Amino acid sequence: MSNEFLEIKDLKIHFPIKGGFFNTVKDHVKAVDGVNISIPKGTTYGLVGESGSGKTTTGKAVMGLNDITEGEIFFRGEKLSGKGKKVGVNRDIQMIFQDPYSSLNVRKRVFDIVAEPLKNYESHSKNELIEEVLKLLERVGLPPGSLYKFPHEFSGGQRQRIGVARAIALNPKLIIADEPVSALDVSVQAQVLNFMQEIQQDMDLTMLFIAHDLGVVRHMCKHIGIMYHGRLVEEGTAEEIFNNPQHIYTKRLIAAIPDTNVEKVESNLKLRQQIKEEYDQHFAEYLDDEGRAFPLQAISDTHKVALPVKG
Amino acid sequence: MAKHLLEVNNLTTSFKIDGEYFPAVDDVNMRIRENEVLALVGESGSGKSATAFSLMGLHSHARVSGEVLFQEQDLLKNNERKMNKIRGGNIAMIFQDPMTALNPLMKIKHQILETLTIHNTKRKSEREAYTIELLDRVGIPRPERVANAYPHELSGGMRQRVVIAIAIANRPKLLIADEPTTALDVTIQAQILDLIRELQDDLGSGVLLITHDLGVVAEMADRVAVMYAGQIVEMAPVKELFTNPQHPYTRSLLNSLPSEELLGGKLHVIQGVVPALNKMDRDGCRFAPRIPWIGPEAHEHKPELREIAPGHQVRCTCYKNFYLDNSIDQKDMERRVEAGQMDGKKGASVSNE
Repeated sequence: MSNEFLEIKDLKIHFPIKGGFFNTVKDHVKAVDGVNISIPKGTTYGLVGESGSGKTTTGKAVMGLNDITEGEIFFRGEKLSGKGKKVGVNRDIQMIFQDPYSSLNVRKRVFDIVAEPLKNYESHSKNELIEEVLKLLERVGLPPGSLYKFPHEFSGGQRQRIGVARAIALNPKLIIADEPVSALDVSVQAQVLNFMQEIQQDMDLTMLFIAHDLGVVRHMCKHIGIMYHGRLVEEGTAEEIFNNPQHIYTKRLIAAIPDTNVEKVESNLKLRQQIKEEYDQHFAEYLDDEGRAFPLQAISDTHKVALPVKG
Repeated sequence: MAKHLLEVNNLTTSFKIDGEYFPAVDDVNMRIRENEVLALVGESGSGKSATAFSLMGLHSHARVSGEVLFQEQDLLKNNERKMNKIRGGNIAMIFQDPMTALNPLMKIKHQILETLTIHNTKRKSEREAYTIELLDRVGIPRPERVANAYPHELSGGMRQRVVIAIAIANRPKLLIADEPTTALDVTIQAQILDLIRELQDDLGSGVLLITHDLGVVAEMADRVAVMYAGQIVEMAPVKELFTNPQHPYTRSLLNSLPSEELLGGKLHVIQGVVPALNKMDRDGCRFAPRIPWIGPEAHEHKPELREIAPGHQVRCTCYKNFYLDNSIDQKDMERRVEAGQMDGKKGASVSNE
């Protein structure tokens, strides 16, 4: 047993493809196919990948929203996977969703939205509830007057704050943030990112930050994992991933980020083209016979890459 | 100097809110030359898409005034029949969301053939072959197969390629791209941007690129117009805009991006929100409520867009005294600005406290 706060061990999640006569199982989609992640307490781990790479599925598995095919998830040394999950664990893991427009019930008032987890897990009188919710709103920087408003009366950034207020209502220990800023404008994105960092420090939260925007991930996370087709292809500290990427897929992802430095546009485009050519030629060498990425190999204490086994 | 392909003069588009008309696009002037990419940048609600839709005459319930000169005709005076000839012909549009821009019930082939038939390009017998050629041109592998597929069978990147194929089918002179890569992954985004660049070189068309991604702007644009609350607040050549931004809004935006120098630190936050159409002070500087630490005397009454260097225009005099202030208690200030706006008060009154 290790002392990591969250540990995902060889996680596999396969979804059946049904079809034919009698709707029999024809094949499986291997959404997550052998992922190992461990996150120490109080840190933020960034999980990056394109759509369909399995990053959200991994996050949902930790939340218990997906059935796990194989593998184990440990939270504070307690096994999460399998039957008989403990109530205490459920309330300590909360999720912040991507789209602030669809993750809030449009017919409920802010008070009901934020108070719902409190009602579920704690017994409060009505007045205590209002007090608690007001405290939470204060914490996320919403005016007390918003208590009885509906979600549509708020802007995108404010809605995301409501979502965060709901997530932190029960004093969770682990937050899974699934693309929390990708639906927001840059200026609002800055607000939400600053504020998530604040909350993390104040509450000593551990965070699994799922995103496809590498700039944002670099800003928020110390450790980053890059996913491709259900497997991690590279893992390391932010510096290692950005300054010394080893896997061709990581290189390509990083080269594809448009840079606001106008002086470097030409050289960036050239580099991108060069890496794309390298990618087209050599990518097959980075996959095994079944088209899966190789197992991760450590190249330094913190840096692991899925390079082909030599020899 | 090359002739202007598109000349937009005093374009104003108003929408009806509670029985009254409010301009979402307010007195916009811009020019696009052949072979030039003009980027229109701004937050959601700033009026950038409304501008594009006005150019194409796609607003049916709005009041549009001004002039949109394209090939010596004023598009706003054209009737629907004439506009239909121009749309998808000489002016084509690439929409944001490839999931909804295509008809889910029609094969790809027929969606492309539709534009060809309407604009009567090519002989009937040649159209089908040309469709395949187009799909090939936008980098779709095995175009014969894709031509017979339905949109749901394709990935997001492939669908956006099909949307682009439809847009360039009639070799447009002007391409309006409304957030063409927002819904896509970075690697696909890079490919699509490459493709647009390549096609533009090829056809020599002008491009109006609408986006909120400043990285994309830096890469693609020749000139940039920054929009805020329906007005253009700054316009400059791309290098000038990124190295020497002047308007407080542009500078705040550039500073709110995560960057290498600021890793893990506090990002600059623009306080408050974009004012609602029917609740803003039209005569003052519209950005004033969001920079309350700049005193009211720094702003102009009815601020105008003025040229401060060749090709570089800035609205309002407040840029001269502007500095980014991260020292004030952000949380407190935000709350005050938000509280003010939520009660329907003008943000400016908060600044005078």
